[in-house]
Amino acid sequence: MIRAMGLALAILMVTTAAEAAEIGLGWLGLRPVSDRPVTVLDGPPPADLGLAGLRQAIADNNAGGRFLGQSYRLDAITLTNEAEAEPALVRLAQSGIRFVVTDLPAPLLSTLAALPAAAGLVFLNSGAEDDSLREGQCRRNLLHTIPSRAMQADALAQLLVRRNWKKWALLVGPAPEDGLRAAALRRAARKFGARIVAEKPWTFTRDAQRNAEGEVAALTRDWSYDVLMVADETGEFGDTAMFNTFDPRPVAGTQGLGASAWHPAHDQWGANQLQNRFRAQNHRAMTELDFAAWTAGRAIGEAAMRARATDPERIEATLRAENFALAVYKGRTASFRPWDGQLRQPMLVGWARAVVAAAPQEGLLHPITDLDTLGTDKGENLCVLH
Amino acid sequence: MRLALTAVLLAWGGTALAQTAYVSNEKDNSISVIDIKTMAVTQTVKVGRRPRGITLSPDFKHLYICASDSDAIQVMDLASLKLIHDLPSGEDPEQFTLHPDGRRLYVANENNNVVTVIDVHSRKVIGQVDVGIEPEGMAVSPDGKIAVNTSETTNMVHWLDADRLTLLDNTAVGSRPRFATFDSTGKTLWVTAEIGGTVHVIDTASRTERQTISFAIPGIAKDKIQPVGLRLSADGALAFVALGPANHVAVIDTKTLTVVKYILVGRRVWHLALTPDGSKLLATNGISGDVSVIDTKSLGVVKTIAVGRYPWGVAIRP
Repeated sequence: MIRAMGLALAILMVTTAAEAAEIGLGWLGLRPVSDRPVTVLDGPPPADLGLAGLRQAIADNNAGGRFLGQSYRLDAITLTNEAEAEPALVRLAQSGIRFVVTDLPAPLLSTLAALPAAAGLVFLNSGAEDDSLREGQCRRNLLHTIPSRAMQADALAQLLVRRNWKKWALLVGPAPEDGLRAAALRRAARKFGARIVAEKPWTFTRDAQRNAEGEVAALTRDWSYDVLMVADETGEFGDTAMFNTFDPRPVAGTQGLGASAWHPAHDQWGANQLQNRFRAQNHRAMTELDFAAWTAGRAIGEAAMRARATDPERIEATLRAENFALAVYKGRTASFRPWDGQLRQPMLVGWARAVVAAAPQEGLLHPITDLDTLGTDKGENLCVLH
Repeated sequence: MRLALTAVLLAWGGTALAQTAYVSNEKDNSISVIDIKTMAVTQTVKVGRRPRGITLSPDFKHLYICASDSDAIQVMDLASLKLIHDLPSGEDPEQFTLHPDGRRLYVANENNNVVTVIDVHSRKVIGQVDVGIEPEGMAVSPDGKIAVNTSETTNMVHWLDADRLTLLDNTAVGSRPRFATFDSTGKTLWVTAEIGGTVHVIDTASRTERQTISFAIPGIAKDKIQPVGLRLSADGALAFVALGPANHVAVIDTKTLTVVKYILVGRRVWHLALTPDGSKLLATNGISGDVSVIDTKSLGVVKTIAVGRYPWGVAIRP
């Protein structure tokens, strides 16, 4: 393709004239290592899960920042164990970074955010879905771009209730996070008028791939329900629940139909532009973790652009302002909830190949914004910011 | 039956035409042809994949069509309604504007962050300019000296020297600026910001904003009011703004810069065009798959015309 050289020159002139000022973003990532064998279908997870999204955001920010004399630098640290976390944080803080995007387990993130080295830093959590970080363990210096389990469960519940599939049977996996997921589903059921009509823990230890057909059928045989809900974050059995229930019933929750902030098949509201940019750069589809990190990076960029400033205090103030509005390719703008730091945004409800609907569902009423029907609302939320 | 109808239409097309509207159907890969007099679709023509922006040549002989997913701008001969050739467009063309010289077409290439300028006579790319992320709206000043582009993710208006293709300036606007148009004097630029929910009235000389216009419709969530298409009435007294999923067209008094009316139209109203006599405004409604015809005097919808799936752009010739 032909390129006019004069153009590139013109942009350079504008940038140097404005004397580009740098905004540093840090990344701290530590994905838990799964002891489950890699599936033939997926292969090992990408090493840059999440981080690839932040890199995309830095590129997007720089593309716009050059017109304003702003440039963005990324200092990414991928940890191999928890002991490396504190020194890494100290190093980021000492290098002048004030915004740190994280994909860390919730307890580690809580510990880091309370360290003296974290004073004056803002953490943008793009990995931990734990509701505890938005409630009892919430902190003033923690913002969350990854949806909480409550937000995900609410979005799913809204669609199921809308379909009038209100009788849920629940299978809960053995991992601690499966219990948290089940709690979020029970809460969503109460909130939107669904019922958990049956519930069992998943206790089978044999390879589910070989035996699931008998196991899931046997477990669900005596139940009368509309939807089988699975709470299985580590992928023990959820994928094999589908088409193995005794009665013909859809599967939802962590497998089957689920709710997330992003979906690889999402193409509405201009989303295909972001999907295309991401795929061209990374040769894979954008996941929810990538999107959450992208959102965190873009939120900083948008705030800096709106504030016309590079100093962290003004960026943070703009980020937290009531009228902050980030475009996230889902038809509505995203902004941070002042009571718990959670990014309010539309959710996508879908299965592996397609988005079925966006949440909030049409017709849900809320005194301020129907986006706050997803997750813990002001008043019911237990967070006391400190 | 269909052939016979075409033959009749073609014969009739040779004589003096009433006003004719062309509507691009994004998900049907087609153009609907509407006779304004009878307010009916007379023909539907297959074109390239995902047609979005469309514009007419100054002599009204040709229709330029951004076939986004075909990475092409297709040229339709309006006498025969046949696609006669493609223009080299750059990747994923979405919107474009024709320079007053009728020759230079300024194209926003959404996927690779450039504006491409094409000579429609020689069918050659004569220049490209780097702009912000997801370039979208394009406009050229009436004197032909300035081209502007809006970038959706960078949230700016980029001011370009239309001849030298150099970047002159940038003006920050609301989130996801979608559409830009100069008033007939060229003194004012109007820009819609879809996600910001605003219309920005910008002084061309100083490139600074004169006014931000917001909208409020009872019973509709504020963030569902998403301005996209905008047209100024022939006398410049009114601005019409398509508000996307708010399903209304706002009417703005350009003197007071206040909203005087909200007109209920179809679902996800996208782009607008005025008939050359200025008496009617056509609005494409993406989700409902139709076009609302608005009387510009009474400011009411007089007819809804079903077209293809996801109508996007509209252009009208005398």
